[in-house]
Parts: sequence; C-alpha cells; structure tokens
Amino acid sequence: MAVAETKKMTTLQVQRFEPSENPTNTYLTDEKGLWAWMTTVDHKKIGLMYLGSVAFFFALAGFLAVALRTELWTPAKNFIEADTYNQLFTLHGAMMVFFVLIPSIPAALGNFIMPMQLGAKDVAFPRLNLASFYIYVIGAIFTFISLYMNGFDTGWTFYTPYSSDANSAGVIWVTLGVFILGFSSILTGTNFITTIHKLRAPGITWGRLPLNIWALYATSIIQVLATPVLAITILLLSFENILDIGIFDPALGGDPVLYQHFFWFYSHPAVYIMIVPGFGIISEVISTFSKKTVFGYWAIALSSLAIAFIGFLVWGHHMFTSGQSAVATTVFSFLTFLVGIPTGIKILNWVATLYKGSIDMKTPMLYVFIFLFLFSIGGFTGIMLGALSVDIHLHDTYYVVAHFHYVMMGGTLIALLAGLHYWWPKMTGKMYNETLGKIAAVLVFIGFNMTFLPQFVMGAQGMPRRYYNYIDQFQTFHQTSTIGSYILAVAFLIILYYLTRSLFGGEKAPSNPWNSRGLEWQSTSPPDFHNFDHTPVIINHPYDYHKPMEEFQLGIAVSQNGHDEHHETASEETEKA
Amino acid sequence: MANHSASQPAHVQHHFVDSDQQFDSAKLGMWVFLVNEILFFGGLFCAYIVFRAWYPDLFTQAALQLDKVWGGVNTIVLIGSSLTVAMAIRSAQRNELKGLRINLMITIVLAFVFLVIKYFEYEHKLHLGIAPGSLWNPAPEVLAVLDHPKANIFFSIYYVMTGIHGLHVIVGIGLMIWLYIRAGKGHFNSEYYTPVEITGLYWHLVDLIWIFLFPLLYLIE
Amino acid sequence: MGRLFDFMLPDNKSPLTADSTDGLFHFINEVSLILLLGITIAIIYFAIKYKRKSEDDETPVIYHNHALEITWSVIPLLITLVIFWWGYTGWLNLKSVPDDAYEISVTGFKWNWSVNYANGAQTLNEIHVPKGRPVKIVLQSRDVLHSFFVPDYRVKHDVVPGRYTYVWFQAEEVGESQVYCTEYCGTSHSNMLAKVIVHEPEDFEQWLELNGGGPSGTPVEQGQQLVELQGCQTCHSADGSDNIGPSFLGLWGKQEQLADGSSVTVDENYIRESILYPGEKVVAGYDNVMTPYEGRLSDEEITNIIEYLKTLK
Repeated sequence: MAVAETKKMTTLQVQRFEPSENPTNTYLTDEKGLWAWMTTVDHKKIGLMYLGSVAFFFALAGFLAVALRTELWTPAKNFIEADTYNQLFTLHGAMMVFFVLIPSIPAALGNFIMPMQLGAKDVAFPRLNLASFYIYVIGAIFTFISLYMNGFDTGWTFYTPYSSDANSAGVIWVTLGVFILGFSSILTGTNFITTIHKLRAPGITWGRLPLNIWALYATSIIQVLATPVLAITILLLSFENILDIGIFDPALGGDPVLYQHFFWFYSHPAVYIMIVPGFGIISEVISTFSKKTVFGYWAIALSSLAIAFIGFLVWGHHMFTSGQSAVATTVFSFLTFLVGIPTGIKILNWVATLYKGSIDMKTPMLYVFIFLFLFSIGGFTGIMLGALSVDIHLHDTYYVVAHFHYVMMGGTLIALLAGLHYWWPKMTGKMYNETLGKIAAVLVFIGFNMTFLPQFVMGAQGMPRRYYNYIDQFQTFHQTSTIGSYILAVAFLIILYYLTRSLFGGEKAPSNPWNSRGLEWQSTSPPDFHNFDHTPVIINHPYDYHKPMEEFQLGIAVSQNGHDEHHETASEETEKA
Repeated sequence: MANHSASQPAHVQHHFVDSDQQFDSAKLGMWVFLVNEILFFGGLFCAYIVFRAWYPDLFTQAALQLDKVWGGVNTIVLIGSSLTVAMAIRSAQRNELKGLRINLMITIVLAFVFLVIKYFEYEHKLHLGIAPGSLWNPAPEVLAVLDHPKANIFFSIYYVMTGIHGLHVIVGIGLMIWLYIRAGKGHFNSEYYTPVEITGLYWHLVDLIWIFLFPLLYLIE
Repeated sequence: MGRLFDFMLPDNKSPLTADSTDGLFHFINEVSLILLLGITIAIIYFAIKYKRKSEDDETPVIYHNHALEITWSVIPLLITLVIFWWGYTGWLNLKSVPDDAYEISVTGFKWNWSVNYANGAQTLNEIHVPKGRPVKIVLQSRDVLHSFFVPDYRVKHDVVPGRYTYVWFQAEEVGESQVYCTEYCGTSHSNMLAKVIVHEPEDFEQWLELNGGGPSGTPVEQGQQLVELQGCQTCHSADGSDNIGPSFLGLWGKQEQLADGSSVTVDENYIRESILYPGEKVVAGYDNVMTPYEGRLSDEEITNIIEYLKTLK
C-alpha cells in the first residue's frame, strides 16, 4: 500500500543503493536442482530455459542448413534423396521460424531483461509465464512426433492444396504443434503487455521507458493480434487434413488463395515479431557503447509502434504472383513502401547516435555494426521486392531467400548475439573472452556474406528456391554459398565454446561492466531472486549519459516486502522533483 | 513466497506492490486475452464472409436446415447465464458468499442446458447425414430441399464455428466449477474476487460470440 | 547496356515485358548502393573518429534535430513513391496482354508442363512460339499449386487449381529460354522444367502444321507418344531404372506386391485402374503421389497405352 499512498504525495523519500560487487545470494543460488528449475516461476530462470531451448533448436536447424548446403554442392544428387531434402528444408524453415526466431529475443532475453528494466520483481503472471514455456515444449514434442509419422515436406508455409493432399499424418501433427506453439506466443505477449502497463517502478513514465521495452511492447501487441489468426488458420488446415472440410481445397469448392491470405495475415506481422525486439537491443547496446543519449528517442519508440501497425496491412505482398485482385496488389505494394520508411528512420537514428559519441568497440558493439550493415542490405532488397514489376521476376527465387536471411539472420540473430554478449555478464555473472568474441563476430560477418550474397545474384538470374537439383550455370554460386555456410558454422562453434567456457572458468563479472545507465545494470551480477534489493526509483531518462551514475542508483528509502537487511549501502538522500 | 510484509493480505503475490495493482493487472491481462479470442473467431468470421459472398444462395438455403427455435432458446439461455455471472460478481463485491455460490451454480446449470440442446441439434443433423467434410452424406429428404454442390462447405463452417464455441462453453463450465469450489472454501470476499471477475469477463465474451453466431448461421433469409 | 548491376540479370529476350522491370531493378540497386555506402562509411568513420579515449569521456546531449529528421524521412519517402509508381506501371504492362497475342494453353501437373495449341498440337515441356509476336500463355493446374516462371522474359504467375491465370511476352530472339516451376509442389519440384523455343514466324507455322494432328501411327506408336506427352516417363522409366513410380520395363504380366500386403497381376484392368484411380492399388515401396487421369484420357487412348506397355519387355 505504501506506493499507492506515496503516489499521491509530490515527494518520495529516496536513497542511493549501490549494487554489491560480491553478491552472496543470487537467483542462481536461490533454488537449486533440476526440479526447482523446472517448477520455477522466476522470469530469469524461465528466460534462461527459453534461451537453452532456442540454442538447441538453432543448433539443430543450423545443422540441417549445413546439410542442405552440402547437398547443393553439385547440381544433381549428392548424398540425400529429393524427398529427404524437401523434408529437411521444410524442417529448417519451420524450426528457425517457430522455435528459434519468434521466441528468441522476446521470450528468452526479453523474459530475463524486461522486468529488470521496469524495476519489477517479475512479470505480471509468473505462473502463466512458466506455462508458456511448457506449451512451447509441447508444441516442439508434436513436431518431433510428426517427424516420426512420416515427416512433412510442405515448406514452412504449408500451402494448400499440397499440404492437404499428400502425406497427411505428418502435416496434421506439425500443424497441431504450431497451433499449440501459437498459444505460447500469445500468452507471452499478454503477459508482457500487462507487465509493461502495470508493473513499472516509480518514476518510469512512458517517456522514460527504455527503447528495448518499447520494442517488446510493440512486439507483444503483434503477438496478441496476429497469432490467433494463425491459430485458427492452422486449425482449419488440420481439419482440412482430418475431415476434408473443403475450406481451402479447390477440389471441394474451397480456395487455396484464401489460405494464403490467412497465413500471411499472421506470418507477415510475425516477421516483425522476430525483428522488432532486435531493434530494442540495438538501441540499448549502441547507447551504452557510445556512452551517449540515443538520437531521436521518440522517433525510434514510435516507429516500432508504426511498424507494428502498418505491418498488419502488408501481408498481400507475399502474394503478388498468386492471382489476388489487382486493387489489393496495388494497395499492398504501396503500404509495403510505407512500412519501409520507419525502418529506415531507425537505422539513421542509430547512425546519428554514434556521432560525437565515445565509441568502445566491444563485441556487442561489433555486432551492432554488423547489424547496421546487414540489416540495411536486407531493407534495401526488401524495397526491391516490394516493387511490383520487379517482384514478379524475383518472387520465389533465391533472391527472396537471401533477402529474408539478411533480415532474419543479419537482423534478428545478429541483434540476438549483440544482446546475448551484452547481457551475458548480468545473466551469468561471468565475463566471456573478448578476443574470441571479436574473432567469432568477424567470422560470422564473413561467413554470412559469403553464404548469402551469391544467392542474390543467382536468384536474380532465375534460380528458384526449394530446388533439390539445379541447372549447371548456378554451380559456382552454390559452391561459394556452401563454403560460406561452413565458415558460419565454425563461427557459431567458437561462440558456443567460449560462452560455455566462461560459465566454468570465466572471469567474475562486475555489476555494471559496461558502465551502462540502464536500470537492469543497477543490480548485482547475477541478480538477486527479486532483481533488486529495494524498489528502484527513476528520475532520469534511461540514456542520460551526461548525468552522474549516482542519479541512476536510487530506490525508495523505506523498503517494503521485507528487504530491509540490505540497506547498509545507503549513502545519500535525494528528492524526487 | 515468504516475503510479504505484515501489511499485505495473503492473496497478494510477492511481485505485486499491493492488492489493487494485482487486480488491475489480472483484469488488463484478461482483456488482452479476450482481444486475442476475438481475433481467433475473427478468422472464422472472415472465412464465413468470403464463402457467403461466393455462394449466397447456398447460405440462405442451408440455413433452413438449422433449427431456429432451439437456436433461439439457446440464445436466451446464454444471455441468462451472462446475467447470473454478473450477479455472482456483484455478490462477491458485497461479500455475499451464499449469493455468489447460488449464482455460480445457476450459471453452470444454464451452460449445461446450452450444451445439451446443442448436442441434440448435432445429433439430429448427423442422423440426417449432415456431417462435416468427408463424412457428408445427406439423406434424400435433405437433398430434396438443399440441392447445392457446395452444401458441405456451409456445414463445415457451421460445425467448426459452433464446435469451437462449444469448446469455449466447456472450458467456461470448468472454470465456473473451480470458482464454485473455491467459493465454498471461502477464498473470495469483497477484497479479493479477481478470479470471479475475470472469469465473468470470459463468460460474457463466450455469450457475445454466440450472439453473433446465431443470426449469421440460423437467421439468414 | 553497361549498367553496374547487369551481371545480376539474365539476358533480356522480351523487351516489351522486361525493359521496365530491368530499369527499375537497376535504379533500386544503384540508389541502394549509394545509401549503403553512405551508411557504411559514416559508421566506420564515426567508429574511428570517436573511438573511446578514456572511461571519463563526455559526450554531447543531442536528443534530436528536426531539420535532419525531416530530411531523412521525406527524401526516402519520395524515392519510394517513385519506385512504387514505376513498379506499378511495369506491373500493369505485365497484366495487359496485347490484343493480337497468340494464345497457348499450358497445364501444370506433378511434375510436367503440358502444352496445347489451338490447332490440336500438343507438346510436353516444350513451348514453341513465334518470334516477334506477343504470346499469351493461359495457365491451369491439375493438382496442386505451381508457378510458371521464365527469367529471360521477367514473367511469372502462380498456377492455381480451379482457376485460370496467364502471362504474356514477346520473344525477340530465335532460341531457347528456360522455364521453371517456382511454387513448391513435391518430390520432383526441381525437375519440373520446360523450355520456350522461339522460331521464326514461318518456321513456327511449319512446326504447327507438322504436329497439328495429335498422336498418329499404329496403336503402339500412339501409345508411346501419349506416354511421352502425358509425362508418364517423369516417374516411370522405360529402361528398368527405379524412380518415383515402378518402371514400365517388364511390367506387363508381372506379379506386383501391393502396399496393403496383397498382390496383383499386371493386366489390362489393373493398368486401366491405375491410370484412372492410381490411389486404389499402390505398389509396395512407392508413395501415392500420382494425379488421377479420370476424365483426361479416352478409352481408346488408354488401350493404346496398354498396347505400348505390352511391348516393353
């Protein structure tokens, strides 16, 4: 009740709290053992469990990618059959989209960081949060059952009537898996929206929200509004397979293009579910390592919301060749360009943030630079694909494959790597090896471009996607791409190596190794079970690097909820304006 | 969680500052979830609109196969249950635990009545061979009045929409029984009735969706 | 024409459909390259110039700059509007078939393109067209989604079961152009290729004359031509090699083990049934992926095919 009363007053008694550099009791030491982890409602542990699962699926789907690239070394059969190849690329796509990209930043890093950036003890519904994780696991189990039931080779888009004709057992299981998975995403979104609205610490107004929170907020809105449409679509597709209900099957009077509309109504916004949280990380990292306030706070914050909103109106640009109506095609193309503008604005704002900064090229910052380069290419090629006449030529070729890898991998995954390195000391309490980190980042950059740049060229030359065989003229491009994928694989193994090693032999991390002003850094590394040993009070903008650190280490002087024992660090009293 | 200070009532979870914050959060969370439910059904309504635009005569013909009277009765039953759920919340707010339990019980009974009527409607149609998808095998007397090559599509939509709605009713009954048991144990009072409130919100939505389904499926001319 | 990104595009063999697309492709690439270089040079320059010197560096407080922000919002907006308009007009052109276009019907099915001409000529995976005349390809599908793509002409359209779609082009060079299926359609999706073969107009007329009558000759010869035209050999080899379906070689009179455990002798009735309703008796070890031919072949044609199969021993 204390805060409810103090809110009415104009002043709040605050105190400085410096986080301890040698925490004895952290969330990692709090409850131990497998069972404690599996039943925990702590957002930090749930975040780590998501991170582990995402890493597992990323390794699996990445391994499949390397296998696919190896098969493409020669135009004809190399070592796997056509049907296996078709199943593998489907599995690679479905896993990367549904099991890696969608939960990667919001559910893994977001879960860990968001309540801390809000100064909250947990998300609004901790048990629901745990339930979301288990729903995700059940969805994954369904997908594995599907593999056992003959698998599925429909492409991750499950286009009808192919998906409702052939091989239905596998398709039924995987579509049910995706249906279940959707609920994990919906519940996470619901949880985040509520948390951001209701659980902000005193002083965190909407104008003082970290940009990461704005990005997660925009993401959550998309999750809640778009995912149910996927759920119903995929459920109808299951019914189509089980009962032949005929809604999407032309043989029974239905319409396959209707399926595409339904599917992309979700799956285009889903692209923003994947990339928008990455924008949040970039904003955090770039301001910390430039030691400078973010240029255009509101432009970046509101452009996330603008992208979320316009993102709902552009799904038809996946269907320019499908035979949808001419008016729809024109409108969708036009809106597609509009969604490009806020994205471009963000990039320029980040570049402007670097101007006259104090730039420290640590690994996370290196990833931000890589992001800016790769994501710009992804954006420009997106403009190319939004242009109607050019899209007719490029649709469903390797150009599209290269484009979405530049956006999803060059954007989302590079942002994830930036965030992972940035918050690694906070999450684990250990420092990773900076030299290896930089070497791996450079290798990721080289390997990535080597893999996907040739794909732009061969796509524009006419190489269609999802091809097991190809005509000889494309072989050089394919081989370059394959070598690039091996370099990428090595880079990821190096990252896996030094991150794992840091857990056991890593140098102990200070509470705030990057001297960030972010609220999440005003806790111990790793944090206490309750995140902070006091209720934080915020009086500054989150990126006010010109103000002294002391002004960012404030908490309510009279603590509640039995945390009085840590108060010996109090050193000064400040009044809130 | 052992971290409550003495001033906090037992129902406040550790990560909330006070009871109000917890109540507001639960309510907002439920509203967000309801928005998601609306979009979920929105997809189905979309499919309905598309197919009705394509096959307008089919929809008017096929709707004649549905029983307006029993559909109407079910509408009244659900509206009644919405009223009793609202009364249950009011009882909880006024600390009238007996009223809370009675109203919950009436709601549960009404929900069952709805399902029983729905069961007989389905039963009757399946008996006539009006079944979804590949099970479609209409009896001659149906074919006599419903001679349309795509008739199965209307009933596919009918079964999917009412079926998923029925599933929501079943989930609602489960929630209501859970509330009834907790009310019996004295978990709710005028200070804390959040689960009653948010279940009520959910139940109103289930009712609202039926109010759209009924005219769209049964009453089109 | 010596544009920087010429290396990315295949030869332009149908200027009427490709010119606008190519022009826009080059324009976007060149503008993008300039902007990308700008961004890259800026970030590298900043990284070097403003490298952190000490932990106590002070940085200026720059919250925003209206002039700058308006500039970098409005200029890209104008550029994208130009791109939109350019793409839109180019696309309208792709949709607007000239009145005098020569019409050819192309049917996609797993995993072949069947081509039908007005005079009854039929080909498989070869689309013969006259040079210098607009050609309209009317597309339909027998089974799942396919997509008809000719990179040299910059045209593509999905082939949707249950509706007709079309593309048009005007080839200006005698020669061949590659056709791809670009909508995933199953096992042999990547082998669902065809060629557009461009003739001089008089050669094309001649070719039409020659092939106008459909299959001809003895029943066995007709059967063989039908097997080739229907694309049977995509899945059923004539030389005994194993493929998506059982080989035709030595099929006649053979005992086949079926997927449900029973067995059947290959005779006229079995072949007929397997052509019309392939899902009924599937040979063990193969998937049920064949498109039913019910309503697509006459009794006489089926008889001819059977006669041909009898000769493959």
